[in-house]
Amino acid sequence: MNPDHQTLLMIGGIVGLLLLSSAIVAVLKARQPAGKINPVIANLDARVRAWWVMVAIFSAALFTGGLGSVILFALTSFFALREFLTLTPTKTADHRGLFWAFFAIVPVQYALVASQWYGLFAVFIPVYAFLFIPIRCALAGDAERFLERTAKVQWALMVCVYFVSHVPALLMLKIPGFEGANARLLLFFVLVVQISDVLQYVWGKLFGRRKIAPVLSPSKTWEGFIGGVLSASAIGASLWWATPFNPWQAAGFSLVITLMGFFGGLVMSAIKRDRGVKDYGSIIEGHGGVMDRIDSICFAAPVFFHLVRYYFT
Amino acid sequence: MAWVENIAAGFIRVACGVRPLPADALPASPAVFFANHSSHLDFALIWAALPPAQRHRTRPVAGRDYWEKTAARRWIACRCFRAVLIERQKVTVATNPLEPMLAALDAGASLIVFPEGTRSLDGHMQPFKAGLYHIARARPALPLVPVWVDNLNRILPKGEFLPVPLIASVSAGAALRLEATESKPEFLVRAQAALGALQRN
Repeated sequence: MNPDHQTLLMIGGIVGLLLLSSAIVAVLKARQPAGKINPVIANLDARVRAWWVMVAIFSAALFTGGLGSVILFALTSFFALREFLTLTPTKTADHRGLFWAFFAIVPVQYALVASQWYGLFAVFIPVYAFLFIPIRCALAGDAERFLERTAKVQWALMVCVYFVSHVPALLMLKIPGFEGANARLLLFFVLVVQISDVLQYVWGKLFGRRKIAPVLSPSKTWEGFIGGVLSASAIGASLWWATPFNPWQAAGFSLVITLMGFFGGLVMSAIKRDRGVKDYGSIIEGHGGVMDRIDSICFAAPVFFHLVRYYFT
Repeated sequence: MAWVENIAAGFIRVACGVRPLPADALPASPAVFFANHSSHLDFALIWAALPPAQRHRTRPVAGRDYWEKTAARRWIACRCFRAVLIERQKVTVATNPLEPMLAALDAGASLIVFPEGTRSLDGHMQPFKAGLYHIARARPALPLVPVWVDNLNRILPKGEFLPVPLIASVSAGAALRLEATESKPEFLVRAQAALGALQRN
């Protein structure tokens, strides 16, 4: 697929933002006393560097056309599932079930996305994988904490695989007048949800005082939440020209995306706190694990997908 | 064939999501690494996590009864990992398991040993057997380094042959040595406690 003019404009805008961020970080670093760098600025530096890598990989996948994005999100699901299941203890009796989850359920779900078989894509994990996991665990014959163990694997598959697969599934929506341009819808979604994360962080760091959920996520503040959601929604609205939406619709969708993204971060934080860890992993320098980066995507993707599918196809 | 070793070690680390152990926290000379045992992958992962120079001289100690049973096992143990195979079942003066280990150490090798003697099914440590004490008494200057391996009992549990790609971790503690006045049970309890202290909850 040749990227069209509007896609290139959006990617160009993102690169511009990254250049600006790198410049700001360079200024902040230069103002630090030599040898003693503030940990917040060191983390910011690592985060911005990681963003360059993530944007490069994501853009490359987008430019290869549909299959590249499907493969990228399949790998994302695989790594997220790995982090999630590492953190949630299972027993030896679950071993075979876990093997199927990684090497059968993940590939099948993304093959359904690639082949654009909507009917089975929508029910494969909530129905068939949901039934398969407890059956396989029951066959292994261990009843201890049975419901808890199977529920953890079912949750992992829903959050890390099913929900995430709704991002490349945006490519299968047939929107009248928007044929062949669905990559822009995917880019719009990922851009809004991620910039909302970034802006909530920035507003929170600059003005954050009142904590929303001190137990679950000490870094989330009302100032960061309101500032981030509103400014990200404004950016989303201003990108209406790249989407099938008018400006008001783009604003509405952006608001839904950013709110769901916030709740995704909150829920996934609750799981982390319960397990006594700060991050799901350490694979992305400055950010933590894959799951830490995509928690907002997990919750926003299925809602955005179904709203667009209901109203625009 | 150092590059084959490096590539194999890098692949094992990436597959298990493990970072290399820092070289400055480990002895550079021959040492005995003693670890908890829950999976066939334990020694491969410890081997892969060691700094290259130390890794190159490190050999795992394994049970002869298990690893000589089939040609494939023998090939993996002897050719791939240069394992020191010891007798576990019919120990006599002629098959004293200490002899091959001391011979390897005297030839400049480091060893990976699993003092529990066999793989744990649930990831909890079983009481140490006496082998580590006998090594320590025979070579009192040798550093004994506790190495805790986490999660491999979930990645490849005993009795399974297909691994699940979860994230493992490897951590090493400070080296210990046998004290002059220490009895066998005292030493084994101390060594097991040093290893247990590395376990994350």
